[in-house]
Amino acid sequence: MNLHSTHGNGINLITVTDTRIDSSVAISFKDTMRTLTEQGPDHILLDLSNVAFIDSSGLGAIVASMKQLGRGKQLDLAGLTPDVAKVFRLTRMETVFNIHKNAASLVPRPVS
Amino acid sequence: MVRSRPPTVVYPVSSPGSLSLQFDGCVADIRGALDSVRSHLAALGLSDERCGAVEIALAEALNNIAEHAFAGRPPGPVYLDAEVEGTCLRINLFDLGCPLPGQTLPTGLHHDLDVAPDALPEGGFGWLLIRELTEEVSYIRSGAENRLTLVFSLE
Repeated sequence: MNLHSTHGNGINLITVTDTRIDSSVAISFKDTMRTLTEQGPDHILLDLSNVAFIDSSGLGAIVASMKQLGRGKQLDLAGLTPDVAKVFRLTRMETVFNIHKNAASLVPRPVS
Repeated sequence: MVRSRPPTVVYPVSSPGSLSLQFDGCVADIRGALDSVRSHLAALGLSDERCGAVEIALAEALNNIAEHAFAGRPPGPVYLDAEVEGTCLRINLFDLGCPLPGQTLPTGLHHDLDVAPDALPEGGFGWLLIRELTEEVSYIRSGAENRLTLVFSLE
């Protein structure tokens, strides 16, 4: 599971570079999230703008990623694409997370 | 990156708008089947939104087959037929795995999410998604065969 973490503006921005979070990668996603959230800022922003598809296993892995955070840490989401937003809406999980339209509004990307 | 083997397209295709696939009922092969169905539906002119709804529900049905019907045994084949009938899309799934518990469809009710974060559910959303996204869902256990039918409205 390909996740990329950058720290800045008091935020640990984790970008999912794969296009799917499904049952075949759910455990790998959760384990990688654990590693990437052990260090760094308490405010974690998961950028899902590259993710076109998520199933209930992937949704469960995001919930598990939030539950496994250390005390005082917070996980927000950003950049939900239409099919991903649909899964969050139908399961009502959109009420559990702070969901931002895009990550760039919170964390200006460094010019490279 | 998980490599998903492409499903076998089964010939003869019964009518121009229909699709028949065969693939193993394992998690690794589900992506390939979903890709084939989505490409087929897009080629029929279904909108991205409609294709997405079908893919989400179908993914849950196939995950259930891989994780429950073939739990603890080598995955057997899954046969998938998709056909547009008037204003409906009908997808039939056949497998020779274990029957659904009680040989009936789960209800797929909403979870109580007004709980402490530690108590939030991490699973059990599959049938909820299937029921929310389909017009009709039916299940028959016939001999050793499971037959699940998902019907989507195209109106």
